[in-house]
Amino acid sequence: MKFLPLIWSNLRRKRVRTTFTLLSILVAFLLFGYLGAVSNAFDIGVQIAGVDRLVLTHKVSIILPLPLSYLERIEQVPGVKEVAHASWFGGIYQDPKNFFAQMAVDPERYLSLYPEFQLPEDQKKAWLADRTGAICGKYLADRFHWKIGDRIPLTAAVWQKKDGSISWEFTLDGIYTGATPSTDTTQFLFHYKYLDEARVRRKGMVGWYIIRIDHPDQAPQIADKIDALFANSDNETKTSTEKAFMQGFAKQVGNIGAIITAILTVVFFIILLVAGNTMMQSVRERVTELAVLKTVGFPNGLILTLVLCESLVLAIVGGSLGLGLAWLLISRGDPTGGALPIFYLPGESAVLGVVFILLLGGATGTLPALQAMRLQVVQSLRRG
Amino acid sequence: MSPATISQSQEPASGAETAGALVRVRDVHKVYTRGSERIDVLQGVDLEVPRGDFVALMGPSGSGKTTLLNLLAGLDRPSGGAVQVGDVRIDKMGEGELARWRSRHVGFVFQLYNLLPTLTAERNVELPLLLTPLSSSDRKRHVAAALKIVGLDDRGKHYPRQLSGGQEQRVAIARAIVGDPTLLLCDEPTGDLDRKSEEEILDLLQALNREHGKTIVMVTHNAHAAARARRIVYLNKGQLQSENIQ
Repeated sequence: MKFLPLIWSNLRRKRVRTTFTLLSILVAFLLFGYLGAVSNAFDIGVQIAGVDRLVLTHKVSIILPLPLSYLERIEQVPGVKEVAHASWFGGIYQDPKNFFAQMAVDPERYLSLYPEFQLPEDQKKAWLADRTGAICGKYLADRFHWKIGDRIPLTAAVWQKKDGSISWEFTLDGIYTGATPSTDTTQFLFHYKYLDEARVRRKGMVGWYIIRIDHPDQAPQIADKIDALFANSDNETKTSTEKAFMQGFAKQVGNIGAIITAILTVVFFIILLVAGNTMMQSVRERVTELAVLKTVGFPNGLILTLVLCESLVLAIVGGSLGLGLAWLLISRGDPTGGALPIFYLPGESAVLGVVFILLLGGATGTLPALQAMRLQVVQSLRRG
Repeated sequence: MSPATISQSQEPASGAETAGALVRVRDVHKVYTRGSERIDVLQGVDLEVPRGDFVALMGPSGSGKTTLLNLLAGLDRPSGGAVQVGDVRIDKMGEGELARWRSRHVGFVFQLYNLLPTLTAERNVELPLLLTPLSSSDRKRHVAAALKIVGLDDRGKHYPRQLSGGQEQRVAIARAIVGDPTLLLCDEPTGDLDRKSEEEILDLLQALNREHGKTIVMVTHNAHAAARARRIVYLNKGQLQSENIQ
């Protein structure tokens, strides 16, 4: 602590330079935190995928439907514990930009397969008893200020009713919360029966199946057995783990994680050069002063520590401000208005940020600190 | 012992060679090589400085004065011979040991003051005390005492840029004496000062020697400055030529 004024005074020597270096470190860690949240938002489906869940889709494309009759046959496959289905609705709420996922499901089966969707028992009962009822996640309810009992109209893009209307109306019977911060609370779920009975086309067809299995380690064998059931039929299937399914889905957007990693690598490399150069310059400028400290009796190890501490202070102040600012911005929520509903800075990213701060401080300070430590007093005083 | 507690101490030795000498330099050589060229800066120098003495080292440029002073401070190592301060052969010490020894036994005053420009006068003076186990309040007390001795107790909060050359040098002297070193080494301490400031600094050094018993070795070109010392040692071409006891 007694050396703190000495370290601080050296950082204040060239205030403009120190400020710019701090700002560059701040921006790097702001980017690190913010892009970390973006990457996490894209990756969240893969992260939260259940290890014991399989997803079965049409072999050609997920947009092609499958017969509802497959359900019983899938249930018969050894190792299968339970099965649910879901169908994409794709309706518009007031304006096309108000995008969110709407799915027609068998409520009991679906909630059983996704225990992370936590719905109060009374709301669940109300939903099961209400054929035109729906539930939604808390994030979605907050986004549109919905409350239980609200009537929610959706304009279908695909599904026309028997009466020729494309307007579908639902009663909000429940609002589910997530068991963890990463649970998707942006879904809008309603009865498959309501959809199937009221629509004109594709009756008796569903979008995809979700299958829970007894033993996750048997997933490949069970998937093969299921697909073999429907081989050479009109609707061949492709079964994969939920994780693989989500990965494939995410890759349709592009490898966001790799792009972000590439950006951050470049940013950190540049910051390493900027901060490293600042520290080298700082040591070069005060060769005489360092020689004076050595004359006074400061040992080499202490000189090394003081210079290292300077670079660490720079990195810690700039990095903490950057991560703090990123956290502030992230806590304001999804910047896209719906495309990245689960938007938060994961704890692991914050810890990694702290590790990077310390590594940056150490890496930028090591060379100048060694240089300072190795200074020869007599030559340095002569140079000064 | 802090400057605050320095008493009117030992009567300085009057002879050049005494059995109780604080500094003993024996047959010291210092050789530098510049490319293939060999430069014999010191060629067998013998010198003794009794405790409480005030020695001026004089000689033309390149005579080896500063090199000898650096050897006494443990900032450089002789190519041959022995340098002993007190009971310790400092030419035998390792880097770390020398640094510790300097912090306890040497106060160094530079020609260009060499204060740290980002620190106030009192923070500059405090520097050697940071290496001691003294508490913050004790350090402050010692710093105040040192600044009082050099007559700058009202300038502690000033930065070097806010002080005159003479005041800066007085702060540098306060820094040199704050740890109550065994030996005060001054390299051209008045070389960058006007006549008035020079007198003030020489008065101060003389007072430190006479009133506080500090042993001082001062390198100077200036005969007027050297005249304030008890003893003048002349160096020429790396060899001790003569001594003048005043």
